[in-house]
Amino acid sequence: MGDTTVVKSLLLALPLWFVAARALPARLPWWARAGLGAVAAWAFALAVALVVPPGQMAYLVSFAIVGSIYAVLALGLNVQWGYTGLFNIGIAAFFAVGAFTSALVTTRMPTGAAAAFSEQAFGLGAPFLAGVLAAGVAAGVLALLVGGPTLRLREDYLAIATIGIAELVRLVFQNERWLANGPQPLRGIPQPLACLVDDPVCGWLPAPLAALFDPLAPRDYPYVYLAVATLFVIVVYLVLERAIRSPWGRVLRAVREDEAAAAMAGKDVARVRLQAFVVGAVIMGLGGALYAHYMIAIDYTHFDALYGTFLVWVMLMLGGSGNNRGAILGAFALWGVWTGAAFVVDLARPLLAAISSDLPARGPYLRLLLIALLMLFILLYRPKGLVGEERFVSRDSQGRDG
Amino acid sequence: MARALTRRAGGPRTLLRLRRALGSRTALVALLALLLLALWWLAGIQGVTGQRLLSLVVRGVMLGGILALGAIGLTLIFGVLRIPNFAHGDLMTWGAYLVLLGLPLLPAGPPLAPFSFGAELLVLLVVAMPLVGLTGYVLDRLVFRRLRARRAPSVILAMAALGGAFLLRSLIYLGWGADFRNFYTGRPRPAIELFAGIRVRPDQLFILGLALLLIFLVYLLLERTKMGKAMRATADNADLARISGIDTESVIRWTWLIGGGLAGAGGVMFALDTQLRPEMGWWLMLPLFSSVILGTIGHAYGALIGALVIGIVWQTSTAFLNPAYGPGVAFVVLILVLLFRPQGIFGKPGGT
Repeated sequence: MGDTTVVKSLLLALPLWFVAARALPARLPWWARAGLGAVAAWAFALAVALVVPPGQMAYLVSFAIVGSIYAVLALGLNVQWGYTGLFNIGIAAFFAVGAFTSALVTTRMPTGAAAAFSEQAFGLGAPFLAGVLAAGVAAGVLALLVGGPTLRLREDYLAIATIGIAELVRLVFQNERWLANGPQPLRGIPQPLACLVDDPVCGWLPAPLAALFDPLAPRDYPYVYLAVATLFVIVVYLVLERAIRSPWGRVLRAVREDEAAAAMAGKDVARVRLQAFVVGAVIMGLGGALYAHYMIAIDYTHFDALYGTFLVWVMLMLGGSGNNRGAILGAFALWGVWTGAAFVVDLARPLLAAISSDLPARGPYLRLLLIALLMLFILLYRPKGLVGEERFVSRDSQGRDG
Repeated sequence: MARALTRRAGGPRTLLRLRRALGSRTALVALLALLLLALWWLAGIQGVTGQRLLSLVVRGVMLGGILALGAIGLTLIFGVLRIPNFAHGDLMTWGAYLVLLGLPLLPAGPPLAPFSFGAELLVLLVVAMPLVGLTGYVLDRLVFRRLRARRAPSVILAMAALGGAFLLRSLIYLGWGADFRNFYTGRPRPAIELFAGIRVRPDQLFILGLALLLIFLVYLLLERTKMGKAMRATADNADLARISGIDTESVIRWTWLIGGGLAGAGGVMFALDTQLRPEMGWWLMLPLFSSVILGTIGHAYGALIGALVIGIVWQTSTAFLNPAYGPGVAFVVLILVLLFRPQGIFGKPGGT
């Protein structure tokens, strides 16, 4: 058992710790849950890191990172659709704006030879968290602009307007070279905490921690990013759970269930909707930032209607609209189906070749067919998704029925 | 009471009057005219000749014709069946690819000069139109009908339509891949001079002619047949129509057949003018919905007018803007309509 395995398992254990601590019975005191959770999580992570061969481990880690990014997007959509009933089919717009904003804020202007090949409007070279913050703000402002004129109208107008903004955003990042090097990829997006895998380890780290991270090589960076990404999911989840159980969260659901009744109760329906729309979009923007810093290079093709919008919708519906845990579960489950289907299609190549010689090359599109069928199936036969909506009245009375 | 409420919501009375004036039909028409003038002016200061602008308008009318074929079906399905049909663009693509599927099966005749296509394309067009309509109806039987029975809200129907759109597109991808295709490869499509130096391709004139013919047929159907009357009645007030003994089931069937058929024809025309791509219909969705909302949901002639406006604005904008932004310009029109008169040109005041 090398030192690397220990560090890796510690990084893997971080999100598991949270899950384990939440899963333990609530009557235990918090320190017991935290302690037991930490032990269980680390034991499990260590076992996984020891048993799974390195190649497959790297695959699992990258799977979990993308799953976490989609979980953030699905949580954002859950605020809009799950709790407030806002039909946003332009998730890709907020996702892309978040990603490109964070990229522009954190990269530096290309200099020297690179400047001849790469253009961008600005490059501040700011730290990762500044980029994330800017991504959230930019996506939120875009949501204000789109939501302002459309949220007071009938509900399907929002859908059309969001399709429009997603297309427009994509067109801008495709055609405006000066803005973010479209249609070429914008490269060199910095990775947060990358110095942990460098030699020597980041200077600002206290000596014992520096010694701990010392064995990590640059190719182990995804483990670090997995910890960052899952931390994002956890923070967004906790904030949303708090917000949804607050009076504000109750107003959201009141607006969704019966607009007229909410208005009669003195709630400003249009305002509440706009708030929910903006909050959801901010979270999607954060997801975009998370994506940009993972990919290092991004271009407009990453934010099409399929990957940027449709998959997120099926994830939320699969997991269960109106349930934050469902959103996270759906994101990981559907991403598992999506990547797993790629293997199945690969195995079925000989069969496909027997049907038509063109078909093996188009095999990946079978996945799209599968997801579309899955979406229609959920709509028709399982509208509640895997876990269904959680029913509660307030934070203090988490009863089984509201 | 109502008066007091509106006064409180709208502020001082003059402001309220101003709001109402801005939301009038005249104001919307004036606004659109102003937008067009602004586009021409912008093109003018960039040194675009009047001749070029005129030919862009002619091309815009033609594009509007294609868009109208999609938009009329979309507005009927939206108005009569209450489905915001996000699969409509993909139904258009479907029509184009059905024709592509049939082309090798028929003997290729000589091109019908001056057009670039042979008689077989016309035969296939006539075959593909009802097939696309049927596809829509099958989707309705399998999906929308069950959701309707559950009294699902319109957003759920929209979501099902989105699923249908991706389902159709995955079939197109599986059948033909993601490449660009043409009905005929290697046939020259020279432009001819129409008048005053305006150059168009003969195919484009055919497209416009066919669009006008189909729109005229829809007009006859809506105005002169009992089914057309039933459809208009259902679009106007679904509950009242049902109480008056209108056969809802056959209204649904005919709406899909007509709407889908027109969409199929529109897709074939668009592909004939440009190329076939699996995503082409998806990209047309925004202009289509903009046309429908501009012309008031459920209003067939409104959709025609909306499509012409969008077509002309789209083409004119290419005089000084990257042509890729065409659908984006349609979006600007949509936002203007939503801001000032969300019920569209023919909508009743206070609607929506």
